Amino acid sequence: MSFRGDEAWLDGDAGRLVRPYAVTNGRTSAPLQLDLLSMVVATGTGSYGSLEPDHMQALGLCLRPASVAEIAARLRLPAVVTKVLISDLVDCGAARTASPQSSSDTSDQVLLERLLDGLQRRL
Amino acid sequence: MAYNDASNPLPLPATVKLLVAGGFGVGKTTFIGSVSEIEPLTTEEIITEASVGIDSLDGVAGKTTTTVAFDFGRITLNPGLILYLFGTPGQDRFWFMWDELSTGALGAVVLADTRRLESCFGAVDFFESRGIKFVVAVNEFDGAFRYEPEEIRAALDLKPHVPIIMCDARAPRSATEVLISLIQHLLETSMTSSPR
Repeated sequence: MSFRGDEAWLDGDAGRLVRPYAVTNGRTSAPLQLDLLSMVVATGTGSYGSLEPDHMQALGLCLRPASVAEIAARLRLPAVVTKVLISDLVDCGAARTASPQSSSDTSDQVLLERLLDGLQRRL
Repeated sequence: MAYNDASNPLPLPATVKLLVAGGFGVGKTTFIGSVSEIEPLTTEEIITEASVGIDSLDGVAGKTTTTVAFDFGRITLNPGLILYLFGTPGQDRFWFMWDELSTGALGAVVLADTRRLESCFGAVDFFESRGIKFVVAVNEFDGAFRYEPEEIRAALDLKPHVPIIMCDARAPRSATEVLISLIQHLLETSMTSSPR
């Protein structure tokens, strides 16, 4: 396959040449529950038959695990549109996702200790 | 590639979200950029809000959409744990309406500029009302008057337990120390609220 994530369909100053919702055929909500921080990774399998170029670009951006927010930023598409694309990728088996793992639980002291340790190593 | 093994997929990394808030021009993106392993990225979201104006007509669905753009950065702490820093859109008063940005956030850094402290009132109020724990980091701009932390506490009407840290948002070490202070604050408050 010859898709590369950094070759967005862009024209310098003008930005994207295709209106955001054209990418999703007008769909504005993803059937799959995705958060900005949901992680997405390509499975390397699945049937690509129904996929459009934007899907392939999104897929190219998650060969290694990437968040919905990162994929949206690199595609230069609103997050809501990106979620529809990712949802399609999951539907056809090309990608899988994981929700942020109870990361908002401030009473999770094990998680907090891991964060503290990781940050202190960066000093 | 290991991730391609669909029969026995590796768990995806856990992600943690921290918010960096404060008024426009206070240095949020600078702060994020100095600790992020990637150049800060920008993305946007389209949010729908119910209009609350006095001129809305009965029977007319008073909804408008607003586009909010935000910057974010990433710190991979280890292969299984990634920290994302989300800058709240400082120019846009509508970010408060955007639940997804604050929902699931572990905590927040409120960046303050002593030359216009009032610009972070909104963020302080918001996090207090949502119960999101935060620290206040005073970005010490060159030429700005230096205040004592307690003077800032009084000016912002902060509760005694909210940490106030002086920082230089341009310096990775200084910005990292702010994040460490935030996590330590979360640890201390979690231990007092839920003793094991």
